[in-house]
Amino acid sequence: MTLLGWAQIALVLACVLLAAVPIGRFIARVAAGERTFLHPILAPVERGIYALAGIDPMRGQDWRQYALAMLAFSAAGFASLYGLLRLQGMLPLNPQGFAGMPPYLAFNTAVSFVTNTNWQAYSGEVAASYLSQMAGLTVHNFVSAATGIALALALSRAFAAGKVSQLGNFWADLTRVTLYVLLPLSVVVGFAFVALGMPQTLGAYVEASTLEGAQQVIALGPVAFQVAIKHLGTNGGGFFGVNALHPFEGANALTTSLQIWCHQVISFALCVTFGAMVGNRRQGWVLLSVMLGFVIAATAAIYAAEAAGNPLHLAAGVDAALGNMEGKDVRFGQALVALFTATTTGASCGAVNAMFDSFTPLGGMVPLFLIQMGEVLPGGVGSGLYGMLIFVLLAVFVAGLMVGRTPEFLGKKVQAREVKLAMLAVLVLPATILGFAAISMVLPAALSSLANQGPHGLTEMLYAYTSAAGNNGSAFGGLTADTPWLDTTLGIAMLLGRFAFVVPVMAIAGSLAAKVKVPEGTGTFPTHTPLFAGLLAGVILILGGLQFLPSLALGPLAEHFVMLAAKTF
Amino acid sequence: MNTLLRPAITMVVALTAVTGLTMPLAMTGVAQLVFPKQADGSLIERDGKIVGSSLIGQAFTSERYFHSRPSATTEADPDNEGKTRAAPYNAAASAASQQGPTSESLLASVRERVEANGPAPMPADAATASGSGLDPHISPANAVRQIARVAAARGLPAERVQAAVAANTEGRELGLLGEPRVNVLRLNLALDALR
Repeated sequence: MTLLGWAQIALVLACVLLAAVPIGRFIARVAAGERTFLHPILAPVERGIYALAGIDPMRGQDWRQYALAMLAFSAAGFASLYGLLRLQGMLPLNPQGFAGMPPYLAFNTAVSFVTNTNWQAYSGEVAASYLSQMAGLTVHNFVSAATGIALALALSRAFAAGKVSQLGNFWADLTRVTLYVLLPLSVVVGFAFVALGMPQTLGAYVEASTLEGAQQVIALGPVAFQVAIKHLGTNGGGFFGVNALHPFEGANALTTSLQIWCHQVISFALCVTFGAMVGNRRQGWVLLSVMLGFVIAATAAIYAAEAAGNPLHLAAGVDAALGNMEGKDVRFGQALVALFTATTTGASCGAVNAMFDSFTPLGGMVPLFLIQMGEVLPGGVGSGLYGMLIFVLLAVFVAGLMVGRTPEFLGKKVQAREVKLAMLAVLVLPATILGFAAISMVLPAALSSLANQGPHGLTEMLYAYTSAAGNNGSAFGGLTADTPWLDTTLGIAMLLGRFAFVVPVMAIAGSLAAKVKVPEGTGTFPTHTPLFAGLLAGVILILGGLQFLPSLALGPLAEHFVMLAAKTF
Repeated sequence: MNTLLRPAITMVVALTAVTGLTMPLAMTGVAQLVFPKQADGSLIERDGKIVGSSLIGQAFTSERYFHSRPSATTEADPDNEGKTRAAPYNAAASAASQQGPTSESLLASVRERVEANGPAPMPADAATASGSGLDPHISPANAVRQIARVAAARGLPAERVQAAVAANTEGRELGLLGEPRVNVLRLNLALDALR
């Protein structure tokens, strides 16, 4: 680790925090349906969409109607994306003539993009036509992100007022977030990416004659716009197989820094939005500071592990100055790789600018653990905030048990129903991850997908289900993921991670919204203090993380000690 | 049911039209006008022929050229259906080795590279495969170690080759972000242009 490296990390994080405040306040205004500077251009589009769909944006929905609308929209999105991927061979904008995706792969990919996971069992430049990338995958980058934000707004409204039954209108939230927040940011960032070297063309792949006379086919495409929303919406599905590590997707350190900014800024901004919506700005800052603390700690751990290098390789005569370089490109440096890795896994993005499979054991354990802690650090856009609020409810419940008072948060009493639903949501992740990973570790059909032997193989399998259930989408890339077993079970894990989590969350929102707001009294446990931030961090570590410790001991931790003993597989 | 199905289907269609067709096509048009070079992949031409992209690395084996990092990309094997074979710097199918830190075969490859290009210690980027398989850069330390070989093969004084390396070394972005590095394709093009 160097001071220069930490200066890079500090600069990028400072830019994130500076922008999070105005963007967060802007989202609060959009959520309230207020007029913004973008309305002169975009309001006609918004009204047109409502008219076509036959929606009255002013009509509120209770939690069931809101959740049903979200599920219906996701189902329709899945069906259209599945159809597009299967039929891409017969559709236009397919200069390389790719065939339609086979059924298992199309199912896995469609689920993946609809759930904001963006797990990729295919490699973009060898399997997806330009039309699929644009009118299929890019669209779901937008709307799955907007869906997450809409759900977070609905839950925030439940805390904002007393005795209400309505949480807003899903269709209006979805449309407004897409049009006024995600679209304008993507256009600005997309042009910046092109200026920095990212292609944006519909032309076919180019054939070059190299200096040594060989032929090199160079994959191209409409990359920049898709990559902009891929990061802003914490989606993470790359245009190319190696994601943000491909020189066209991450041309230099400036591109990679801007990508880190993009996949952090909205998740942090939503804390500010939450503070504004519930009329308690300090509460928003407490949530934000817990998230930020984990991001910095995780970055330090990855940076230390990767910059030190692989002891086996150092002993074989490799210089230590650059750190562990297997699976990394030269241009980013270990500091930005560490920050990118911590933020992409903490934020449920899943883009990568280095290959986790070749990280040192401890360096690779950190991203795995960040996802296992529930994707709330800061989590995906929207999903991070609603996930964090579930942990907040559990934290006030734990505090209530300790001091013997009825727990409350922002004036809403937290009672048995909410805590039961919160635990139901929190248990989805370990049940899905550990259940599927355990079955796969004894199935020959699944084991043949592993690329590495020994404890590293276990980590590959564990990571796959963790990434799917956490709706992250990053991978220990060695795993051959496009098999019927993995395509199907990972698809199910993604569905459970998204919908089995969010339905209880919406039920909590409905039940909280109906409660009166109790004025703060002398017995109220304050939730906007550093003490509460510490308690919340502890609850995330213990309730979110501890259940995975045994599996981590068998995977990355075991591999670390085996490596120190100079054993290879 | 109609209150749910109609908006769901209409919204998917309408938002596809906006975010999946109108905007990306408009972006493509404007990008092609404003940043034509970058939008088409930063291609490099020599004598009217495309020789590559300044962002995409190439495989070099001749003694006269600086060598890129090891690459783990593959291509379909024409002799063996369903299998792949090694094809370094295949820019139509980016890929990494995906070998873990305790991989026996990775350690063997690293040892082999150190032996072939000694003496130790060897710069890490020269001993390991890049993540994209298309890394256009090598570290300055890696380039310095290749100067003597390239100068001898070309019959050039080492100082001239060294000057070419210096001219093609890129610094950190904004003087702060990333790592200093040498663009191998640009460097080799500059050497070919030397008289």
